[in-house]
Amino acid sequence: MVTMTTEFEKLVYQRPVSLTDMPTHYCPGCTHGVAHRLIAEVIDEMGLRERTIGVASVGCSVFAYNYFDFDFVQAPHGRAPAMATGVKRSLPDRIVLTYQGDGDMASIGMGEVVHAAARGENITVFFINNANYGMTGGQMAPTTLPGQKTTTSPNGRDVELAGFPIRASEMIATLEGASFISRRSLHDPKNIRLAKKAIRLAFEAQVRGLGFSLVELLSICPTNWGMAPVESLKWLEERMLPYFPVGDYKVHPALAGLRI
Amino acid sequence: MTRELWKGNVAIAEAAIRAGLQAYFGYPITPQTELLEWLAGRLPELGRAFVQAESELGAINMVYGAACTGTRVMTSSSSPGVSLMMEGLSYIAGTEVPMVLVDMMRGGPGLGNIAPAQADYNQIVHGGGHGDYRAIVLAPASVQEAVDLTVLAFDLAERYRSITVVLADGSLGQMMEPAELPEMRPLPTTVPDWAVSGAVGRERRFLSSIYLNPPDEEAANLRILRRWQQVQASEVRYKEYFMEDARFAVVGFGSSGRVALSAVRAARAEGIPVGLIRPVTLNPFPVAVIEEAAKQVDAMLVVEMNAGQMLDDVLLASKARIPVEFYGRLGGVVPFPDEILDEIHWLSREKLSAEGHPRDRWLARMARMN
Amino acid sequence: MPVKGRVVVDDTYCKGCEVCVAACPQEVLALSETRLNSKGYHPAELIAAGCTGCGICAIVCPDVAITVYREVSKASPVSI
Repeated sequence: MVTMTTEFEKLVYQRPVSLTDMPTHYCPGCTHGVAHRLIAEVIDEMGLRERTIGVASVGCSVFAYNYFDFDFVQAPHGRAPAMATGVKRSLPDRIVLTYQGDGDMASIGMGEVVHAAARGENITVFFINNANYGMTGGQMAPTTLPGQKTTTSPNGRDVELAGFPIRASEMIATLEGASFISRRSLHDPKNIRLAKKAIRLAFEAQVRGLGFSLVELLSICPTNWGMAPVESLKWLEERMLPYFPVGDYKVHPALAGLRI
Repeated sequence: MTRELWKGNVAIAEAAIRAGLQAYFGYPITPQTELLEWLAGRLPELGRAFVQAESELGAINMVYGAACTGTRVMTSSSSPGVSLMMEGLSYIAGTEVPMVLVDMMRGGPGLGNIAPAQADYNQIVHGGGHGDYRAIVLAPASVQEAVDLTVLAFDLAERYRSITVVLADGSLGQMMEPAELPEMRPLPTTVPDWAVSGAVGRERRFLSSIYLNPPDEEAANLRILRRWQQVQASEVRYKEYFMEDARFAVVGFGSSGRVALSAVRAARAEGIPVGLIRPVTLNPFPVAVIEEAAKQVDAMLVVEMNAGQMLDDVLLASKARIPVEFYGRLGGVVPFPDEILDEIHWLSREKLSAEGHPRDRWLARMARMN
Repeated sequence: MPVKGRVVVDDTYCKGCEVCVAACPQEVLALSETRLNSKGYHPAELIAAGCTGCGICAIVCPDVAITVYREVSKASPVSI
């Protein structure tokens, strides 16, 4: 008897089904694309695509509905968690997610997201934090760092005039209705893997009806930061991580033992 | 069903339930809070959705979400809260999904007071939210009419994929009158083919008010406008009293129309040939009715609880054939029948002028009275 | 012997952001110096042998432009 070895190619990675074929309009290097991909991968892995309804917000990701291949509605600026509440209360067995940026969720929409969390709405909010308002050309956001230059803080954010950035995940995690609140980063492969785990846990929380889940994803904005993508990833790591530490800020006990 | 004593707000709420309301999202504001409170008890009892939102802003967006799923949905508020909803209403109109709004108007502008007024007419009938859109607007003058129009509101909203507003004032919300509520309607079992509900076994759908390419936006606007033409052709509603041989016509809607009716009856008892036209749909406005009346009567008197908002629509419809006068009370003051009777006396005896604007002449009369 | 792998970068999606180039542990990716895609970007491509099919480029790619293959050796008994 002889042993033969056969070499064949295994497909290790390809485009998720829950993404459409449309190339995105995001800037080169923008980690919106990574976030979209991870969300689509998890939805594929959990078999949720046909049950999912997305709520698009206003910002660079306003056209998110062009990139995800599941049902979508479009919310006014900041109102996505309220719209998601309307959808989820009407169709409780669907998976409802919002996808929002700094201005949408943490500025104009802060009231809506806090109350959706307080009510324990069984929705999942994705918060893309890139420390500025991208779509409108790089203005200061509630997440802009002290000293950071933006078009509306041309001399750097002055905390005397503009206050300090808001740590949304920590704040929302204090609410009883929150079941899974996590901040992750998309700046390197290890953190991207952890981000995917967090996205998975967030959807698991919704599927189990445990309450409100939110995943904050630290992201880059090369165009408005005025840096190349690779440089921007470094800036995120060096400047954003210290102010916005990654971690799970609230984990419902029913999720704690989950192996994924 | 039997006639029972119902408070306006509660009757409207229960009428919505009977009409198949599946979801309600609202916020407390006087003078409509009883509507929210009634539904807070009834909807969970029936296994239907209820949320007291964080604000009217939250509420209208929750309505928007639910409406996109084809759910029969309603919200209610009063003037300042309705102002907060304007953004959401524009989005809902641009996305062409149906919903019902109940606006119990109060004194304003600003925080104003909690007394009855009709000063949201322009906001509701002529837009309010940005962009070209028109809501169907129904104006009841009694608790029974409010019940009937609330049920109708859902049907019209869904038939035309439109916003339908039940426009009333604080007095109607607070008063108690005998009314008969309809039987409970069974809930729909299917969703419209445009609804977003999870892409099971079908192409995914998305609902949005975005049309980035201007010609596409124009096409959307034209589509909405053409549907509005159908509404104008088919859905005008109004009531006429004592108009057959009238030489003068009073025009009023809602509570002011109702008070005017008392004045008209009193005037008739004195032998004055006056009638009342009470629009029930403010949008589509009964233009043809006013136009025809203007060919018949010698003068019209518009009575409103505002500074003359429907007045402009009456002026437009009457095409300057006859003098149109105005009598208004502002800020939450409700006119008494004898005030309007005095105006009818004046209208029937004065040599009327078409000089200037009726609002200025009314202000001058008010100054003389005070 | 190191595992052999292969990646295919889809020109339709690649925006030449170079994140994969920086992330590749084997340093076998670079932007093409000669090709341009329809949007005017230089797409990324394999420039040397040594790809292990680890998939890190696909993990960091914001445009899901990369498909990753890995060679697998499977031993099976054969009777002669």
